[in-house]
This record gives sequence, C-alpha cells and structure tokens, in this order.
Amino acid sequence: MVGGIDIVTLGATLMVASTPVLLAATGELVAEKAGVLNLGVEGMMIMGAMGGFAAAVTTGSPVAGFVAGALAGAALALLFGVLTQVFLSNQTATGLALTLFGLGLSALFGKGYEGVRPPPTGKVPFGPLADLPVVGPILFGHDWVVYLSLGLVAAVWGFLKYSRLGLVLRAVGENAGAAHALGYRVVGVRIAALVFGGALAGLGGAYLSLVRVPQWTEGMTAGAGWIALAIVVFASWRAERVLIGAYLFGGITALQLQLQAAGYAIPVHFLSMAPYVITIIALVILSVLHRRGAQAAPADLGRSFHAAR
Amino acid sequence: MNRRSFLTTTAATAVLAASGLPAFAADPLKIGFIYVGPVGDMGWSYQHDQGRQAIEKEYGDKVQVTFMESVAEGPDAERALTQLALAGNKLIFATSFGYMDSVMNVAAKFPDVKFEHATGYKSAENVATYDARFYEGRAIQGTIAGRMTKTNKIGYIGSFPIPEVIQGINAAYIHAKKVNPDVEMKVVWAYTWFDPAKEADAAAALISEGCDFVLQHTDSTAPQAKAQEAGNVYTFGQASDMSAFAPKPRVGSTIDNWAPYYIERVGAALDGSWKTQATWGGIGTGMVGIGEITSEVPEEVKAEAMALKDKIGAGEYHPFTGPLNKQDGSAWLAAGETPEDGVLAGMNFFVEGISAELPK
Repeated sequence: MVGGIDIVTLGATLMVASTPVLLAATGELVAEKAGVLNLGVEGMMIMGAMGGFAAAVTTGSPVAGFVAGALAGAALALLFGVLTQVFLSNQTATGLALTLFGLGLSALFGKGYEGVRPPPTGKVPFGPLADLPVVGPILFGHDWVVYLSLGLVAAVWGFLKYSRLGLVLRAVGENAGAAHALGYRVVGVRIAALVFGGALAGLGGAYLSLVRVPQWTEGMTAGAGWIALAIVVFASWRAERVLIGAYLFGGITALQLQLQAAGYAIPVHFLSMAPYVITIIALVILSVLHRRGAQAAPADLGRSFHAAR
Repeated sequence: MNRRSFLTTTAATAVLAASGLPAFAADPLKIGFIYVGPVGDMGWSYQHDQGRQAIEKEYGDKVQVTFMESVAEGPDAERALTQLALAGNKLIFATSFGYMDSVMNVAAKFPDVKFEHATGYKSAENVATYDARFYEGRAIQGTIAGRMTKTNKIGYIGSFPIPEVIQGINAAYIHAKKVNPDVEMKVVWAYTWFDPAKEADAAAALISEGCDFVLQHTDSTAPQAKAQEAGNVYTFGQASDMSAFAPKPRVGSTIDNWAPYYIERVGAALDGSWKTQATWGGIGTGMVGIGEITSEVPEEVKAEAMALKDKIGAGEYHPFTGPLNKQDGSAWLAAGETPEDGVLAGMNFFVEGISAELPK
C-alpha cells in the first residue's frame, strides 16, 4: 500500500489492462513501418474479439479462441490489403470503412453469444516465483498471452532493427519506389505486414473478450483500436516506446479508478482524461529528447504504390 | 432489424405511399424504438427490447414495431427519430436520458406523431415521459449488502453524476447504514453507460480497496465477471436479472420491467385515449422488479429484504424518510418527512456519511 493505493493490484491490473492495446499497437507499428496506414484497427480488434469468443465457446478451448481471433483479424487485414495494395483504394477511407465493417459484422455474427461465459484462460504456472511478495502477483500471476505480447514486442523490435527482412520492410515503407527498383516485391511485403498487424489486432481483441472482460458484447472494444493507433504515432514508430505508451496508458487508466476508489479529492473529470493526457505528454517528451519525433514517420506512409513498368 | 433492413422497409413504405394506395382500416399501428446501446448489452437496452417484444406478443398484427439499436445521443438521435417519423411510425419510444432534446426538436416538427421519452423531464402535447424509481431497488440492495458485508466496505460504480444515479447511491448507502452503522461507501465514476473493459477495471479497483460488495449503475455484466474472479465479492444484477452469475456473485437484482407500461401506452394509442403524461413507477406498479435473492443470502436477511420490498411496494415506506442530512451536515429532511418527487428528480447531493466527493 502506497498512499492508500494497492501497488500489487495496480501492477497486476496494468499488465492485463494494457495487453489488448499493446498487441494491436505492435501490429499496427509493423504495418505502418511497411508504409501502410490502416485505420481499421478497431474493426480488426472487434472481429478478433467476436471470432475468438465464438471459437473458444464452441470448442471449449481458449487457445483455439486466440488462434481464431488472430485469424479473424488477419482476414479483415487481408481484405484491406487487397483493396489498398492491389486495387489502390484510398488508405484512409478504406481503413475507416474497415472499422465500420468490422463493428457491424461482429455485431451480426455475435448475436448468439451474448450472455455466454467463455472457458477460463489458465495462468502460467510459475511455481514458487508466483509466491514472491509484490513481484510475484505483478509479474508472474498472468495467463500466457500477457507474456506472448511482451515476447512479440521484443521480437518485432529485434526484427525491425537487426534482421535483413526487417530492413527490406523498412525500405518499402521509406521509399517504395527505390525498394521496387532494387527488386523487392513492395505489394507482397506490404500485404504480409498488414496481415501480421491484423493478426495481432485480432489477438488483442480476443484477449479483451476472453480474459480482460470476459464476455462478448457488441461494441466492446470501445475505442481501444483508436488508442492503439494514437500510441503508434506518439511512440514515433518505435517498438520499445509502443510498450511504454501502452503500459503507461493502461496503468494510468487503472490508477485513476483506484484513486477514485481510495477517495482522493482530485476532480473526477481530470482523472478520467489523465490517461490520454499523460500518455501523450510522456511520449512526446521521449521523442523530443531523442530529436526524432516528427521525422520518425516512414516517408511513404499512407501513399499508394503502383509500379510503373 | 438492423439499420439496413430498416432502410429497405422505409424505402418500401415510401414507394407504397407514393403509389397512392388507399389506407386500409386494418393498417397496423407503426411503432418505433431507439436504444442507446446494443440489445445484447444484457442490461438497459436489453430490457427495453424485452418490453418491445411484449408489445408484439400482446397486440400481434395490430402493431408493426421497428427498432434501431446503438443510436448515439446527440445529432445521430435526431436523425434516427426523424427517420422513424418519416417512415410513418405514429408512436416512438426514445429510451435514453440523452435523447431528451432530440425528442423535443423532432416532436415539434411532427405534431401528429406521439413520442415517449424514458427518464426525461421535458414534455409537450405529443411527448410523454416515463421513468422508474430505481432507488427503491437500491434500498433493498443496500440492506442486503449492509447485513452481509464482512469488510464493511461497499463499492459503487457510478456512470454519470446525474440525479437518477445519485438517488441510487444515496438509497443504497442509507439502507446499508441503517442495518450496519460501520458501513462505508466507496464510489468510482466510470463516465460511461457501457464500456465492459472500464467497468471491469472499476470493479477491480473497488475490490482492491477492500469492498466485498460491488453495486453498479452501468449496463454490462463485466463487474460480475470480475467479482467472480475475486471469489469473495458479491454483486447485484443491474437493469436485467443477470442470472447467469447466480447464485454467486450475483445475489439479487433490480430489474427494469417496462413491458406493462409499454403495453398500456400502446393500448392507449390504439384506442385513441393516449395523452401526454409523466409516469414515475416503482416497485408498487411493477416497473421496478427485484430478481431472485439467491441462497447465498442468509434466510433472515432475505426475509428482511423482502419485507422492505413489500413495505415500499405497498406505499407504507419511502426509501428517503427523515431524519436525513446532506453530506455537508445541513438538514434535509426532518424526522418522518419524505421528499417531493421534484426534489428527488433534481437530486444533486450526497447524504451525510458518504465520504466520496460528488463531481460538480
């Protein structure tokens, strides 16, 4: 207890509360690094939440649920990829349409799953580690998806920074024409990046409906996809900052509710906007300190690429 | 019916109207509903939709009912209401507080269409209002919580600091305190009617503060799921029974039962006796129902709760009966005094003993 706030609960809640946004933001980071702006994150998340929930309830296996959630998100992203990369539709408009499409479609397919309870997702057995005071419940008391999400952030960071394929992906995002001239398949790389991003958004959505809430209700993402999009921008397209942003946002969201419960005399309106304001300020300061903020966006972000032969 | 098929019906109606077919005497009364959330929220909108289905069951071919769900409060509501009126609906139910001004605007443009607005306070020749005394149900929840709490801390998830919600917090606190003088009330404002993830976090925050009862004035079952995870925490169903979580953590509920009211008002519209009015029903009129109190609640507590319910229902007892002071210590009600409905409907203060601040 620090100042009436239970740090252990806060820490544990933070890990769970941040995971959906972290997964979606990591996926979007990869897509944007390849030069595609997909504003349909919310739509992909809710499809993941719905598809994952349906699969988990039908099969009784949460693992099947997470796989289905990722597939549902990936399928929607593939649709976006075909429309924007092959048929060269406007990315902004198509992304917005994807969000509306996902919200509507998930509501339609989800009708039969309201009021149903999903199978519980087990916690990872860390044995004695989980019994450590303070650190145990915060770090070692979660289900495997929390650790998977952290692993994915690390993997994406390493992939973009050190691997040859990551370099190609970044080249496609920075200068699609040059990458094409060098013989790389711009459209292929972009669609692959989009599908990966969609899978992570779907996984995040499934986490929301299977672990965080856990239930299915129409519109349950309630803007989480938009927050993921914002975090990618404010994190100036860097994986480690996406992690900081998502955890900060989730942490302050949980903290503001805890402050209220503890009876702190801070105006409630201020508390409820705090997660947005503080996350943005922190990430802006980070990018100013490293002097790469506004310039960090991939140069070809949001531009359609059509190879002129 | 989703919005697309709604549009198709609208178009079909327009074509029929344009072709100048004579109206049949047996034309059904067209009725429209708009909901603020999805009907699958299992709470507020779900319960209004149950009322809509009751109308269809009661009147069959005599009515034709359409609904639009998840209509945002604000300009979107005005558009939806206009669309319903243009589509020939003669009786329109708008089921959220925030639709109030939209209803008034649209009603002024369609004087021959009857409007019914839930939980509002503005009315007109063709706008009636209806609301339920949810605080009567809260008094019963408070009694059960006060008797059963082991930590003496009761948590309350508030949506917005509006009179309806404040009435509920006060009523729950007063009755918990009555049976357990040591009880403390903790309040968290979610600033949403429906956001399962946020509601879950709010419940988690209250539980971590040591609350073993979590009451809610938000519409999803996420707090129930959190309480179940915690194991030793109890909740109540909100708006709907939420019986999927019985017998524990959900030990009772306050159910909004709109069906009798809807049936009565549609009947009035059908026989031409519909007039504008303001209805505020409670346990007595059946508008507020108390779901099954489960076996988790000790027999004597259950008996006490049911006795309270019967007394409120019979009109022998008012949940706000003096002596009661406001939070700042100033006098509100003298011994035996009960407030006027107008005062209740504008309630903007906590009663004495609640330590949380009321956002202004």
